[in-house]
Amino acid sequence: MSIIQILFYLLSGLAVFAALMVLLSKNPVHSVLWLIVVFFAISGHYIMLNAQFLAIVNLIVYAGAIMVLFLFVIMLMNLNSSAEPGKHIWMKLAGVVAGGCFLIMLVSLASQAPEMTNKTVQMKEGNIGLIKELGKVLFSDFVLPFELTSALFLSAMVGAVVLGKKDSTQ
Amino acid sequence: MPVNYYIYFCLALFSIGVVGVLTRRNAIIIFMCIELMLNAVNLLLVAFSKMHHGAAAAGATVPSTVGADGQIFVFFIMVVAAAEVSVGLAIIVMMYRNIHSVDVNFLNRLKN
Repeated sequence: MSIIQILFYLLSGLAVFAALMVLLSKNPVHSVLWLIVVFFAISGHYIMLNAQFLAIVNLIVYAGAIMVLFLFVIMLMNLNSSAEPGKHIWMKLAGVVAGGCFLIMLVSLASQAPEMTNKTVQMKEGNIGLIKELGKVLFSDFVLPFELTSALFLSAMVGAVVLGKKDSTQ
Repeated sequence: MPVNYYIYFCLALFSIGVVGVLTRRNAIIIFMCIELMLNAVNLLLVAFSKMHHGAAAAGATVPSTVGADGQIFVFFIMVVAAAEVSVGLAIIVMMYRNIHSVDVNFLNRLKN
């Protein structure tokens, strides 16, 4: 087994285990920390695919900004493990069975797809993921969506402030 | 690396996210599971981008930009996810302020 395969299995196993721990931990703070582990593993995958820009953006935006926001909200609410009443066991079982059926269906579909047989992913080479190449594409072909995201961010900011503001009429 | 491995791994992550949305009642955990699903899709998009780039770069003499669209899409998904999280967490904070809980079962009727 080459080093690439070893790293792939290691990062995949880490990501799946951490994702399961996100579901299984009772304390929401622990869930956030496990989710950060998932994001680090996925960034490792991006680095293995030589998508360096996305690896850094994933760490900064997801593990840095979004998870800090989650942690901040959880600590603001002072949630502890006893705050969540348990769902009925049959409902949990139904959810797990539904998700398992979904997984089995998609895996069987993907394993039979003729488009995906004998296709390999280019690892650790290819300069498509570098900032230089992505910047050229982003500012030539995708310049209108890029500008529209600024309007999206502005509206999201206004929306968050309006929703989070204390209602002065009550 | 065969692309099937990436497909199976991303499907596993996505299904874990689906199970989390279906089984948990804490609104914040549900939100985190949605982030998990978004990340699984992101990784699959990057893998497909590298698959097409590798196939195009194999015979080409000039460097090609085939597959850059997939990574740009991932970038935009991250942008939309950041906006979504800011608004969604504001909604959760408002909900906690009104009913002092983040249990989604209390939201089954939005009126009152």
